[in-house]
Amino acid sequence: MGAYILKRLVSAIPVLFGITVIVFLIMALIPGDPATAILGAYATPENVERLNRHLGLDRPLWQQYFVWVGNLVQGDFGRSFALNRPVLDEILDRFSATLVLAGTAFVLCALLGIVAGVVSAARQYGLADKAITAAVILGISVPSFFLGMMMILLFAVHLRWLPVSGMYSMFGGGDLPDLIRHLAMPAIALSLVATGVVARLTRANMLEVLRQDFIRTARAKGVHERRVIWGHALRAAMVSVIPILGLQAGFVLSGAVYIEIVFQWPGIGRMLVDAILKRDILLVQGGVVFVAACYVGFNILVDVAQAWLDPRIKT
Amino acid sequence: MPFPLTRRHAGLLTAAFLATSALTAPALAQTPPGVLVVGQIAEPQALDPHAVTAVNDFRILMNLYDGLVRYAPGTLEVEPALAEDWEIDEDGTVYTFTLREGVTFHDGSALDAEAVVWNFERMLDEDHPMHEATGPFPLSFFFSAIEEVEAVDDRTVRFTLNEPYAPFLSNLAYPTGLIVSPAAVEEHGEDFGRNPSGTGPFVFEEWRSNERVTLLRNPDYWDGEAAAEAVIFRPITDANTRTAEMLAGGIDIMVEVPPVALSQFEGAGFEIVEQAGPHVWFLILNTKEGPFADVRVRQAANYAINKEALVNDVLEGTATVASGPVAPAFSWAYAGLDPYPHDPDRARELLAEAGAEGAELTFYVTEGGSGMLDPVPMGTAIQADLAAVGLDVRIETYEWNTFLGRVNPGLEGQADMAQMAWMTNDPDTLPFLTLRTEAWPDEGGFNSGYYSNPEVDQLLEQARVETDQDERARLYKEMQEIVQEDAPWVFVANWVQNAVTNDRVENFSLEPSFFLLLKDVAKN
Repeated sequence: MGAYILKRLVSAIPVLFGITVIVFLIMALIPGDPATAILGAYATPENVERLNRHLGLDRPLWQQYFVWVGNLVQGDFGRSFALNRPVLDEILDRFSATLVLAGTAFVLCALLGIVAGVVSAARQYGLADKAITAAVILGISVPSFFLGMMMILLFAVHLRWLPVSGMYSMFGGGDLPDLIRHLAMPAIALSLVATGVVARLTRANMLEVLRQDFIRTARAKGVHERRVIWGHALRAAMVSVIPILGLQAGFVLSGAVYIEIVFQWPGIGRMLVDAILKRDILLVQGGVVFVAACYVGFNILVDVAQAWLDPRIKT
Repeated sequence: MPFPLTRRHAGLLTAAFLATSALTAPALAQTPPGVLVVGQIAEPQALDPHAVTAVNDFRILMNLYDGLVRYAPGTLEVEPALAEDWEIDEDGTVYTFTLREGVTFHDGSALDAEAVVWNFERMLDEDHPMHEATGPFPLSFFFSAIEEVEAVDDRTVRFTLNEPYAPFLSNLAYPTGLIVSPAAVEEHGEDFGRNPSGTGPFVFEEWRSNERVTLLRNPDYWDGEAAAEAVIFRPITDANTRTAEMLAGGIDIMVEVPPVALSQFEGAGFEIVEQAGPHVWFLILNTKEGPFADVRVRQAANYAINKEALVNDVLEGTATVASGPVAPAFSWAYAGLDPYPHDPDRARELLAEAGAEGAELTFYVTEGGSGMLDPVPMGTAIQADLAAVGLDVRIETYEWNTFLGRVNPGLEGQADMAQMAWMTNDPDTLPFLTLRTEAWPDEGGFNSGYYSNPEVDQLLEQARVETDQDERARLYKEMQEIVQEDAPWVFVANWVQNAVTNDRVENFSLEPSFFLLLKDVAKN
C-alpha cells in the first residue's frame, strides 16, 4: 500500500508542473495587462510602461516564469498588487472559507446522494423511487446560481429566516450557529446538482449489485434485508461510487465560484474571479496552482480509498 | 423489503427539525443605531489614497483623510480643508498654503508643513525612500506640473509649478491629493495600505478581507465630530445580492443601484437619492478613415441615435442626455447647448449627401467597466437606431480590460466607433486628453478617434493655463460649440449617480464629485 501511495504521489509532480506552465501562459496570453486594469481610462502607453516596470512585468516571459516558479518552490507565492498583501495569506484565508462551504456541500451530496440512491434502488419503481428520481432530475436541471437567488428571495428577503449573504453576521454572532445560518443556503444550493448525480449513479450501481449471486446467497442464508442492502450491497457498489464522489469534489469546488458570488461567501472562487478581472497575475496563478494541487491531492486520496476497497485496482 | 419509519428515524427527524428551527428562530437583528453599514460594489484595493484609482476606494478614503483643500458641499468648487488659506502668485505658478493649526493624524503625529512636503515627495520623487517600497502611484501625473514643494515654516507650504496649470487646486481636492501620516507609512511600509492613518472624521479600525472595513468616529476631528459612531463598508460585488441585502436590512446605504432594481425601493422605508456628476458617456468615432472621416456621417450618427430612449428606457432615468464633451455638473464651464435631436430623416439626408448609405461599421462594445453604465443593452439599442437610417453596424464585445487595450491605442485599422465614459474632477482633463491633436494615441493621449481641429487645440491649451475663471469658462464654452458641430463623438449621456438609504438614515446626500462623505450622516 505504501508503495502504491508513493507511486501516485510521484506521478502528481509532472501534473503540477504542467499546471504552472498552463496557468502562466494563459495569464500571459489573455489580452489586457495589470497596468491597464489599475490605470483604467488613464492607461497611456507611458503610464502603462512605468507601472509595468514597477511590477517587474517588463522582463522577458521566460524570466518571469522561472522567477515565479523558483519562488513558488520555496513557498513564496509573491505579493498581490490588487490586494496589497502576500498571495499565500490571501489564499489560505479564502481557501479555508471555501473549504467550509465546499466541504459541507460535499458531505451533504455524499450522504444525501448515497442514501437517496440506495433507497431508490431498494424500492425500484416504487413510490419512493419515483419521487426521488423526479427530485433528482429537478435538482440536476436547475442551475445552482439561479436556485441560490431564488432561495435568497424566499428565505432572506421575504421570510427573513436566514441572512442574505456573507459568512458571519456584522454584529454579534461569529459563533457556530451564526456560521451554520450563513452556510445553510449556499451549501444546499451548491450540493444540489452533485447530490442528483451521486443519487442516480448509486441507484444504478446498487441495482446491478443487487442482481448478483452473493446477494442472493446472503438473502438465502437469512441475513436481515437491512444488512444485505446497507452492508453487503452498498460496500460492493461503493467501489464504483467513490470515483464519482471524487469527481463531485471537483465539481463542488468549481461550482463554488458561482455560489460564492451569489452569496458573497469570502472564498477562493470569488477571489479568483476578482483577480482575473483585475489582471492580478500572481494571485490568479498562485490561486489556480493551489486549488489544482488540492484537487490532485484529493484524487490521490480517492485512488487510495478505491484501492483499499478493492485491492485488485493497485496493479 | 420495507423501510419502516422506526421510532429512531422519527427521533432523528424531530431532532433535525428542532435544530433547524433553533438556528432560524432568532429574528434577524437589524443593524444597530449609530453604525452606518454601506454596501460597496467591490473590495477596496488599498486604503492608501495615492496608490489607488477606483471610485469604490475613494468612497472610504474621503472619510479617513483630508486634503489641503476640498470641494464645498454640493459643488465642484474648492474650499479650505487642512489649509486654512492660500495665495497664488500672478503667473499662476507659485501656490502658498497656510496649514490649519493643531491638527494631528490619527496616529498622534502632527500635521505640519514637513508632512505635506513628504506626501508629495513620496509620490513624485523616484529617489524618495518610500517611493519604491509603497508605490506604484498610478495617478501621480495629476501633480506632474509640480517642480518643487517646500516647507517655508511649520505651517506654510509652497508649491512651484513648471507652468501655470488651472486644474491644480481641483486636483488637490481629489483623493490623490489627500494627506497621509508619514510616520504611519514609515512604520508599516508596504502594509500601509491596510493600516491607514489620516486626519479625517473617521479613524481606521479594522479591515477583514472580503467582509468589511470598519471606521470609528474621530473624537478629535478639527471640523467637529461625525454624527455616526462607526461606519462599516461591506463589499458586495453582485448587484442582485446587494439589492437583496438592502431589502433585508443588512445594509443601510447602497450605492450604484442598478437601474432595473430602482423600482424595488420606491415604496415606504427607503429613500432614493440622486445627483448628477462629472460624467460623460460617448461614442468615439474614427475620424481618420472610413465613413466617419466625413463630418456629415458623424453628424448623421448623432441625429440617428435616440438618446432620450437610451437614458429613459435602457437606463431607466439614471442619466440625462449629453450635449457635448463637458458635463453639466461643471455648471460654470458648461455651455448648455441643445443636444442633437433624434431626427432619423435628417440623418438619412446627411448620409445621402455623403454617399454613405448602407455603410458597414465596426462598433466596439464593452461588457462593463468603470462608469460604462449598461454598455451591452446600450450598444444594441444604438445598433438598432443606426440600422434604422441604413447603417450596417457589426458589434464586437470585449471584457473591460481587453476593451481598453484595444481602444486606447487608437481605432485605426480596427473599428469605426467605440463606447467610452469618463469621470473627472475638473472640466479640463477630459477634452485635454481626448480631443487635442497632441493627444492622439501615439503621443500618449486618449484621442483614439484622431479628432483634430487647430482651433480646439488652441482653446484647450489656453483654458488650461488661464487662471481667471470667467475667461476659462468663455474658452470652454467656445470649444463646446465647435466640438458639437464637428461631432468627433456621439454625445450620449451624463450619468446621474444614485444611492438608496433606509429610513433610519438621516442627512444623507450625494456629491457631484461622486465621493461619499459620511461625516454628517446620522442613523437612529
